[in-house]
Amino acid sequence: MDARTQEFVEEVQGGGHVETSDWMPEEYRAKLIKFIEMHGNSELMGVLPEREWILRAPTLQRKLALTAKVQDEVGHAQLIYRVVEDLGKPRAQSLQDLVDGKAKFHNVFHYPTKTWGDVGVIAWLVDAAAIISQKALLKCSYAPYARIMKKICWEESFHILHGRDVILTMMNGTDEQRELVQEALTRWWGPLMTFHGTAIPADEDPMVFWRIKSQGNEEARQQFLDGYVPQIWELGLTVPDPKLRKRDDGVWEYSEPDWDELKRVVTGNGPKTAERLDLRRRFLEQEAWVRDVVLADAA
Amino acid sequence: MVFEVFRQERKGQPFQHAGALAAPNAEFAEAWAREQYGRRQESEALWVVPRDEIRAVHDFPDELHKTYHRVDGYSLKAKLKEARQRAESAGALSARADLP
Repeated sequence: MDARTQEFVEEVQGGGHVETSDWMPEEYRAKLIKFIEMHGNSELMGVLPEREWILRAPTLQRKLALTAKVQDEVGHAQLIYRVVEDLGKPRAQSLQDLVDGKAKFHNVFHYPTKTWGDVGVIAWLVDAAAIISQKALLKCSYAPYARIMKKICWEESFHILHGRDVILTMMNGTDEQRELVQEALTRWWGPLMTFHGTAIPADEDPMVFWRIKSQGNEEARQQFLDGYVPQIWELGLTVPDPKLRKRDDGVWEYSEPDWDELKRVVTGNGPKTAERLDLRRRFLEQEAWVRDVVLADAA
Repeated sequence: MVFEVFRQERKGQPFQHAGALAAPNAEFAEAWAREQYGRRQESEALWVVPRDEIRAVHDFPDELHKTYHRVDGYSLKAKLKEARQRAESAGALSARADLP
């Protein structure tokens, strides 16, 4: 490592902030682009499972709330792709790589939403898991990314409330509704447990090395379990893991999640991966004329 | 084109940088900015500025270490202590001088 890079590493590890116009090592730039682009892809792909329910939402209020949430998430994608663009990768390229299957997005968005119960579990628990990661990103060494995270976290905080409200309403409803929630929780538990990634030690995580992330994967998962398992249990729901328990020292024990499944899913082989990418590709092509017209007018 | 957006949260507060957006022209930039930063009434006002119009200025060398035009150039603690001690002992002296 040359002296300039060494100095840069010390600066970011010591809590320093990097701006777009600052010099940065190419490896740092490449890591940032990969990480932030995946976040953008996840926001954009993450709306598809929910979009499927806009037309089937049980009430007008729920339909409006879900539509607004979808708009929020797409807005997050726009902000995030903008940050990637300033780092050197144009948005059009990010979108093309996404639909070509060359870029990743979060595991949870590769799965189907079978019932309205899934919509509640996604908005409550998937968003809860996401906000734990995103809150840690407020401390990211790359300042433009950390800054937009403020707005993103602010919006995610009421998405969780929306999800919890959906769940509580169903839990206070009929046996059938409660069953839908339990089934959805059982379906989503596996993907939720792999959401934060394998328990790679923080000092071996290159994202932690550059202080792109400041939280280890297992630390995030423990925070999720500690915050949300009690909330799940108090509603009378069952977490489908007989080994799940909180030890006396405060650490949560759980069955080893299916890491092979995680790997399979994020490399493009999830149950809904192809279908959702097809939809994105179709819209990207279908709306090309809008971009052409707008950009021609502006020129 | 890239536009930078500055947001005023409440009347009377400073405008703070909120983020950037890409738009083909100012009209679209305003529309996107309204969607991103104003649709929940979270802003009092926005400034939407083409990035190219911003002159960024960095690096403010202080080769002469001019601390005299900043508050940290005036460390009064030690001097004040000395002055107080001086006044105290002078007062004691003059008090003695008042003795008949």
